[in-house]
Amino acid sequence: MSEPTPPVSLRRWTLWLPLGVFAGFVILFLIGLLRPAEREVRSALIGKPLPEFALPQAIPERPGLATADFRGGKPRLLNVFASWCVPCAVEAPQLAALKQAGVEIHGVAVRDKREDLERFLARHGNPFARIGADEVSKVQFALGSSGYPESFIVDGRGVIRYQHIGEIRPDQVEMILTKLKEAEQ
Amino acid sequence: MIASLGLAALWMAAALAALQLVAGGLSLRGGNPALAGLVRPVAAVQGLLAVLSFAALVIVFWQTDLSVKLVAMNSHSAKPLLYKIAGSWGNHEGSMLLWVTIMGLAGGFVALIERRLPEPTMLATLAAQAFVSLGFYAFLLISSNPFERLSPAAPEGQGLNPLLQDPGLAFHPPTLYIGYVGLSVAFSFAVGALLTREVGPAFARAMRPWVLGAWLFLTIGITAGSYWAYYELGWGGWWFWDPVENASLMPWLAATALLHSASVLASRNALRAWTVMLGVVAFSMSMVGTFLVRSGILTSVHAFAVDPERGSFILGLLVINIGAALLVFALRAASVTEGERFALTSREGALVFNNVMLTGTLGIVLIGTLYPLVAEAMGLKVSVGPPYFNPMGAVFVVPMLVVLAVGPLLRWRRDRLGRVARMLAVPGLLAIGVGAWFAGSGFVGVLPVLGLALAAGLAVASFLPLAGRKLRTVKLPLWGMVVAHFGVAVALFGMAADAAFTTERLVAARAGQTVVVGPWKVFLRDVVPIAGPNWTALQADMDARYKDGPARDIHPQARSFWAPPQGTSESALVTRWNGQLYAVLGEQAEDGRWQLRLWWKPFVPMIWYGGLLIALGGLLALIGRVASDLRRIFAREKIAYRRQRQGR
Repeated sequence: MSEPTPPVSLRRWTLWLPLGVFAGFVILFLIGLLRPAEREVRSALIGKPLPEFALPQAIPERPGLATADFRGGKPRLLNVFASWCVPCAVEAPQLAALKQAGVEIHGVAVRDKREDLERFLARHGNPFARIGADEVSKVQFALGSSGYPESFIVDGRGVIRYQHIGEIRPDQVEMILTKLKEAEQ
Repeated sequence: MIASLGLAALWMAAALAALQLVAGGLSLRGGNPALAGLVRPVAAVQGLLAVLSFAALVIVFWQTDLSVKLVAMNSHSAKPLLYKIAGSWGNHEGSMLLWVTIMGLAGGFVALIERRLPEPTMLATLAAQAFVSLGFYAFLLISSNPFERLSPAAPEGQGLNPLLQDPGLAFHPPTLYIGYVGLSVAFSFAVGALLTREVGPAFARAMRPWVLGAWLFLTIGITAGSYWAYYELGWGGWWFWDPVENASLMPWLAATALLHSASVLASRNALRAWTVMLGVVAFSMSMVGTFLVRSGILTSVHAFAVDPERGSFILGLLVINIGAALLVFALRAASVTEGERFALTSREGALVFNNVMLTGTLGIVLIGTLYPLVAEAMGLKVSVGPPYFNPMGAVFVVPMLVVLAVGPLLRWRRDRLGRVARMLAVPGLLAIGVGAWFAGSGFVGVLPVLGLALAAGLAVASFLPLAGRKLRTVKLPLWGMVVAHFGVAVALFGMAADAAFTTERLVAARAGQTVVVGPWKVFLRDVVPIAGPNWTALQADMDARYKDGPARDIHPQARSFWAPPQGTSESALVTRWNGQLYAVLGEQAEDGRWQLRLWWKPFVPMIWYGGLLIALGGLLALIGRVASDLRRIFAREKIAYRRQRQGR
């Protein structure tokens, strides 16, 4: 038989704890509300060659993805995504528009399952020429990306020229196309 | 005319809320009795005026009065009547008006009915309720006026999000709202009790029906919302860990914890400060959820009116309401003594464990929902999904479910596990057997196997509290608990079965082709265009045959709405006792074949049946509690009446 618990003496400062935690949330919310809509985040990887990787294929319909696929001539878009990521679904029409404009897009599907991925692509369209399955986020970390979705413009020599954090919004498609053009030089 | 009346009623309601706050607040400091006497009637009339204002909004939507900006923006003369009316709360302004209306109504009811608590506590409670309401009235009148006029009137309305044009969804938001806002009563009770230092069993009993009621509506709302997402989004899943879903789950988790801790406080006068804290937290979670959804600071499939200015306003309300409540807590909770003691192995101990685990789950969901914001503050944009929520949530939920089987059997104050061990042998062995069977049969996935095992054990264990009792004398709240806990087992079974046994086919099919998915043969006869009241659609004409049974016609559609132009997919479902066939029509490929997505989901409806059982349990408990309260009130009045007659 267990003994009755000793009286829990609430120290005074513990009573202020909830208020403190709440204040933290408020600060977080404020940052979220006040953050500038556009911001340039310079990745340390810009101007560096794409890290070496070779990913197996994620779905049978598309080949896997390796660093070598980015060499040879033209700039390409590398898109890090996942089927369970809501902003990735939001981004899909923009990727489709980029594909329409003739951009070759390669996908890295992070921590995904084949069935989920197929469902996602069937629903939102499949703009990808190749999709690599990054099951343990290895490539994602190597790219210095911790979020979904994220896109990189890689030029014809396999050098990263631009990193886009977050989903590509409809008004940013033009900007991405311009960046791709710039990467041709 | 009607719009002006609605606006006038809204202003008057706001003025009365101010009066209620001032009168209640002043009489707390020992003001005159006339002022104190004002509070209850004012609260009732304030609720009535809010109802009037909301009724006015419904009428302008019904009439499609296009001189009202909100109607012009969100409705359309060609829309079916049901959706015209539902459209009045299917937008930001209308839903906020619904919010204050429910709050006003709840406050009015408390003012008229609740007589158990000491009068000062009641005044403080009603003042707190007015304080919260006043903020929302200000929000409506200053930055979200639902009755704003257009001059000249618009020639035609701009429609309603067609995803929202669904009978289930017409009633889904109000259901959730009643839940969210019902928790405001618990919040006000908590603040009132803290202000007057009257945290005890009477407070818990007065608060409990409100928590039960709010929790009941939240449970129904979440269950319905999950089913809606399941059949309307056409993704075949039933929970997406979307910020808006999480926004409804978090208050539910807090309310579930509150429900259990309030029952400890009511029966055993323990967990005082904790219960008050949860009362504050539950409504805070409703407000945080509303803020996250309305401010648009998180990306979600639920694109509601997103507006940073509104976000700032709700954040302001959040700071004032929650901040004030937590400040009162910090200042007063030390004077709330810790209450009765109990042993770890006791009913109280199990309920404390339940509370800790529920709060832990709440923390996991909150962190997962807010993490993208944290990351964004550091310059990253991320989305957190099932790979985080499922295993992390299981860390807390699995132990909680184990204790859920044991806790109801324990006695209050202190008990021995040995006493209940024999009773638990049957469900325990059953769980182990089921788990071993499925683990041995080579299923992948630890969580589904664990879920099936727990569900089997829990389904039996949930009825054990009835053992050795005469069923006819069992009180309703106990039935409620048994039914709700059984519902948890049923829902868990559905979730685990869906995860473990679902089969899926994604095919490109020609007319005349048959597709096999699990035990089903689905024959695609044709795809034809059809027209609805305000949409056109491509409809697949298919028949589905379970094994060698009769063929059943199913018609999944890809719909296009024209006002505003938007496409949705209407899945077709065939429900059997042992599962559901789920069919979605996709796009046509260049070679003329149609994309079809077919799922066979064994036992998946159990998820929602379980949710409804949980709600039914809440309803039984609520009826039981309210009935015994009414009996007590009736008995007291009878005694008072007799005394009066004897005195005469």
